[in-house]
Amino acid sequence: MVNYIIRRLLLVPVLLFGVTILIFGMLQFLTPVERSALYVRDIPKTERQIDGIILKYGLDKPIYVQYWRWLTGAIDPVNGERVGGIVFGDFGWSRTGSQPVSALISARFPNTLDLTLWAVGPVILVGIWLGIQAAVHHNGFIDQAGRIFSIVGTSFPTFVFGLLMLMIFYANLQWFPPGRLSTPMQAVVSAESFKSYTSLLTVDSLLNGRFDVFIDALKHMILPILTLSYLSWATFLRVTRSSMLETLRQEYVTTARAKGLPERDVIFKHARPNAMISVVTLAGFTVVGLMGGVVITETVFDYPGIGKAAAEAASQLDVVTVLGFALFNGFILIVANVVVDILYAVVDPRVRLS
Amino acid sequence: MTAHTPTGDNTLLGETISMRKIGRLERFLGPENYRIVTGMFKTPAAILGFSLIVLFIIVALAAPLLAPPLNPNDPYKIPRDGFKADPQPMMSPWNRNVPPLPSWWKSIMKTDEWVHILGTSQGQYDVYYGVIWGTRTAFKTGMIVVISTFLIGIVVGSVSAYYGGMVDNIIMRIVDIFLTLPFILAALIMAAVLTPKIGRSLVPSILALITFGWMGYARIIRGDILSTKERDYVMAARVIGVKDSRILFRHILPNAIFPTMVLASLAIGDVVLSFAALSFLGIGTEIGYADWGQVLSFARNWIISLNQYWYIVVWPGLTLVMFVMGWNLLGDALRDVLDPRMRGKT
Repeated sequence: MVNYIIRRLLLVPVLLFGVTILIFGMLQFLTPVERSALYVRDIPKTERQIDGIILKYGLDKPIYVQYWRWLTGAIDPVNGERVGGIVFGDFGWSRTGSQPVSALISARFPNTLDLTLWAVGPVILVGIWLGIQAAVHHNGFIDQAGRIFSIVGTSFPTFVFGLLMLMIFYANLQWFPPGRLSTPMQAVVSAESFKSYTSLLTVDSLLNGRFDVFIDALKHMILPILTLSYLSWATFLRVTRSSMLETLRQEYVTTARAKGLPERDVIFKHARPNAMISVVTLAGFTVVGLMGGVVITETVFDYPGIGKAAAEAASQLDVVTVLGFALFNGFILIVANVVVDILYAVVDPRVRLS
Repeated sequence: MTAHTPTGDNTLLGETISMRKIGRLERFLGPENYRIVTGMFKTPAAILGFSLIVLFIIVALAAPLLAPPLNPNDPYKIPRDGFKADPQPMMSPWNRNVPPLPSWWKSIMKTDEWVHILGTSQGQYDVYYGVIWGTRTAFKTGMIVVISTFLIGIVVGSVSAYYGGMVDNIIMRIVDIFLTLPFILAALIMAAVLTPKIGRSLVPSILALITFGWMGYARIIRGDILSTKERDYVMAARVIGVKDSRILFRHILPNAIFPTMVLASLAIGDVVLSFAALSFLGIGTEIGYADWGQVLSFARNWIISLNQYWYIVVWPGLTLVMFVMGWNLLGDALRDVLDPRMRGKT
């Protein structure tokens, strides 16, 4: 067990290093002038200033020197301040956000976290429930309906689904608007008296006792949550179903039935816990995967999280910003994947023994 | 008992081996691969999927007949009926930049006037034209990306599996690294990086989807080769001193490649979906290029009035969904056939 965890942890630096190489490699597609946004706010206009910047930050130096500088930053010889350096969380200057990339991330990330945390529950619970129902009623109506749902679900691009949701529930019914908050609530939140404890809007509104803000925030989040969820439901349904079917064929289930246990107990006490093992990993990866799914969902629903910021920056070709987001995302995902793998080994002894 | 010459029939073994006829296709593909192909077309869902794909192929081939281009040299440019922002309703008359009338129109509608069958989107781009010619764009991008990622995956995966050890370890870690970033985010960045170099066209998105799309195939083919390379005929080839590259490409690959190949060809749906997503986010082709993602992205500015302009979302959206669903239905059937637990049950 300890051995497995150590082996898994040793992989983390390798992956981190690899991701920085990958992203640094993509940065090399930019001209030295464009890359100067890693270190300065304004990309200079005149040729002399440009040459000065390139010289100052060594943007014409050999690639390994540049890589090291990109990792650790450069010390300004005049005032001794450090500029750049991704290990210190300085990802450069965002042209589209008119602020440092790290500031943009810390402003937007809580919104994304808020959204994904709310999506996790419905995704996992509904998905597993659907899968178990499909397996228990194997080849029955629920199973067939589930199968159709999962094929239609995986065929629906998130942005088409999102647009259709907006068409029905916003344009036609006026129930759930896009965005983060309605204007009056926005005023409440930005007022002095509204204290920010966690930066998560739904949590903060409750802590501030503003139930109306909480409801308003949720109303704006329902459609994005639904959009993030339906794809995962389809996957969960599939995995839970096949894992459950597999378990129901095991001999100990037959034994349980033979000794006269009610079918309910056979399914929920004997079969389900064992069928859940492979679902646990999937759950972990889904939580991680939700972070990637936010790019399109947030853009469709005009939800101010990091996904929308990344898409906006990309469409305006602000590469330094997008790469900053990618680095941030990559770091989170690497750590999250390790946690999931280790949890999996804890749940399933077969993994750590192999 | 008389001595026999091999005749190819199994008369003598008739008791143990069934006497069924072996068709030309089965002989060509081999029994395992033949089982995959026939198994895929057994369910109604798979047949529906196949019909959908055939329908789209017909639309793509007949695009110049269904929606004649304004300028035959540049058919992917969606003709604009003026520059007004508001979408126009379905069946509204075509006033400016009218493309040639399709030949079938007059006999059905009894009129000489060409209309916007599915309405126009923001900036008077004809939705119908975008949907029809977008089908060609979809097949084009889908096929280029699938073939390229498949080839890269095959090379990387087979080298990794065949040499094993350190080589395998390093290559698989590289695969892990490429898989770290969420696919759509990674492709988005790559396309954004490439666009200023190449200009707005299909190319940046295609390259981006290729760069981050090969890892799955590398992994699958690696697994298949690992099991194939233990077979006796590979050992035999090695014993008589056949070169590594020849063993790999002549003996192992042809026997391991088929499942991956089918899987890859069915990935066209997913590729088109990702491509449309990139276009939708505003990366990729120039404005007005006939591609489904872009036609859909025109709707982004009209969200509040989608109750009125529903056709700018529903028609291109439905087209994309049907396209992806066709491939998914076939892919679902394939998964059932390839599932080892199902082996021997078809």
